[in-house]
Amino acid sequence: MSLKYEDVIAKYEPVLGLEVHVELGTASKMFCGCNTIFGAEPNTQTCPVCLGLPGALPVVNEKAIEYTIMIGLALNCSIAPFSRFARKNYFYPDMPKNFQTSQYDEPICVNGFLDVEIDSNEGIKKFRVEVERVHMEEDTGKSLHVGGATGRIHGADYSLLDYNRAGIPLVEIVTKIVPGTGKYAPEVARAYVAELRDILRSLNVSDVKMEQGSLRCDANVSLRLIGSDVLGTRSETKNVNSLRSVERAVRGEMIRHAELLNKGERVVQETRHFQEDTGLTRSGRSKEQAEDYRYFPEPDLVPIVPDATWIETMRAALPEKPSIHRKRLQEAWAVPDKEMASMINADVLEIVEATVILGADPTKARGWWLGEIARIANEKEVAATDLPITPKDVAEIVALVATGDLTDKLARQVIEAVIAGEGRPSEVIEKRGIKVVSDDGALMAAIKKAISTQPDVAEKVRGGNVPAAGALIGAVMKETKGQADAAKVRELLLKHLGQ
Amino acid sequence: MAGISRDDVANLARLARIDMTPAELDHLASELGVILNAVARVQEVAGQNVPPTSHPLPLQNVYRKDEVVPSLTPEAALSAAPASEAQRFKVPKILGEEA
Repeated sequence: MSLKYEDVIAKYEPVLGLEVHVELGTASKMFCGCNTIFGAEPNTQTCPVCLGLPGALPVVNEKAIEYTIMIGLALNCSIAPFSRFARKNYFYPDMPKNFQTSQYDEPICVNGFLDVEIDSNEGIKKFRVEVERVHMEEDTGKSLHVGGATGRIHGADYSLLDYNRAGIPLVEIVTKIVPGTGKYAPEVARAYVAELRDILRSLNVSDVKMEQGSLRCDANVSLRLIGSDVLGTRSETKNVNSLRSVERAVRGEMIRHAELLNKGERVVQETRHFQEDTGLTRSGRSKEQAEDYRYFPEPDLVPIVPDATWIETMRAALPEKPSIHRKRLQEAWAVPDKEMASMINADVLEIVEATVILGADPTKARGWWLGEIARIANEKEVAATDLPITPKDVAEIVALVATGDLTDKLARQVIEAVIAGEGRPSEVIEKRGIKVVSDDGALMAAIKKAISTQPDVAEKVRGGNVPAAGALIGAVMKETKGQADAAKVRELLLKHLGQ
Repeated sequence: MAGISRDDVANLARLARIDMTPAELDHLASELGVILNAVARVQEVAGQNVPPTSHPLPLQNVYRKDEVVPSLTPEAALSAAPASEAQRFKVPKILGEEA
């Protein structure tokens, strides 16, 4: 029996800390010229440098430095006049070198912040998340654990390593602790990752695909008694690879911590892994014994001393901030605050914008993405943007409704069919023979049939009870298999009954 | 330089997953201590005006362009591996964290 969230926040205050790893969208790796294509055949993108073969020497990818500085600037950071790489030594085969080239005490960007907004039932709330540092490192290889019952590491007989990903430029963005979020901690965590993702996307420095791991979040959570200034022990949850999971992971950890603390037990400082299916975390390893990385400055690489003019050129070229872009869209589309927040919360703003660019009316585009499509996404427990329906499909459907070739009801059928993989809207319409019955003769035949089966209702309508016509309209819609335009049916029916 | 204790050596061995006997630990603690003390003598000649450095040459900002160059073939990449399977490096089971 788990604690209720309300009971957790009545007693404890959560303290958040977020670490986000972003794979940069460079063509080549961080320290060598190997390709960075996702999903390539195993070990086809490796060389002596990223395999750590003896004598190989790394050279820094200039684009990666540029991208990292852009990220720092967009997050209001100071850019360090001097920074260095360090070796993070650890004995684990996901890095063939036995160390990861990272930055330690001399990161390239420090002391920034990011403002986020959440939509709560108390209205829009703003929080400032302070950024401690943005540093450069390289991604690790991918392990495949073979044998054992669960495919997990425990019980595996051996592991297979693919080093295609090893050495891909990775940027780590670390927040300071975020106090004062109270019960909104899970939403703030999610809003922060969403805002960060939007910024990274606007900078065009990463494809920010959480499901492919190019954006990954580790959520640190601790609890303290309300009114106390003593920080609790934190846990670090890894494997959080969707916005929804960020929120679930933080909420889940808050509940787990509170249960331990209420029983008088202590929270162990450890790494935990988020389980997508259950929304719970399970223990990884205990940090106290595992981490002794023996960092030291990387002797094969020279310091980074970015030229001030270069930095200022990048600063001047920063794109419009997503928050400003959103305000501009909101004004152009005349969207109320609440609706805007719904779009952001459902993470469909970008796809609605893409639909509008293809010619759809903003209100209609928003209606479909937030309505029917979001409903189906919810049912399938996926993001609306991950459904196999594109802005082009939706723009096409909006246009067909506008010309009267589809009714809203038929449009819903088309959307369902497109998502079910029956093809693009025009194909679905053709295959299913969907068309609006607008022929007055056919509609009148259906209307007369409805009246003859429900003469009492027809009598009421004749007598002036217009709302009663609904039952007749329903019967006509049923008769025409939903392919009639309800407004047209209503018009013809009322006229026929002298209203 | 205070040298290196037997516990330090044992800890390093643990981090590097090297199994060492008590006799080896004793031996290495004294031997590594001598080596470290020898290297530490460099500090005697470093004056106040010599800043610590991580690189022998006064270089900075050495970059390469973001250009893809051909990688090794998977066969070549795996050729020196003690074991491989399914075009991947095969390693003994790992205890610890899942990647």
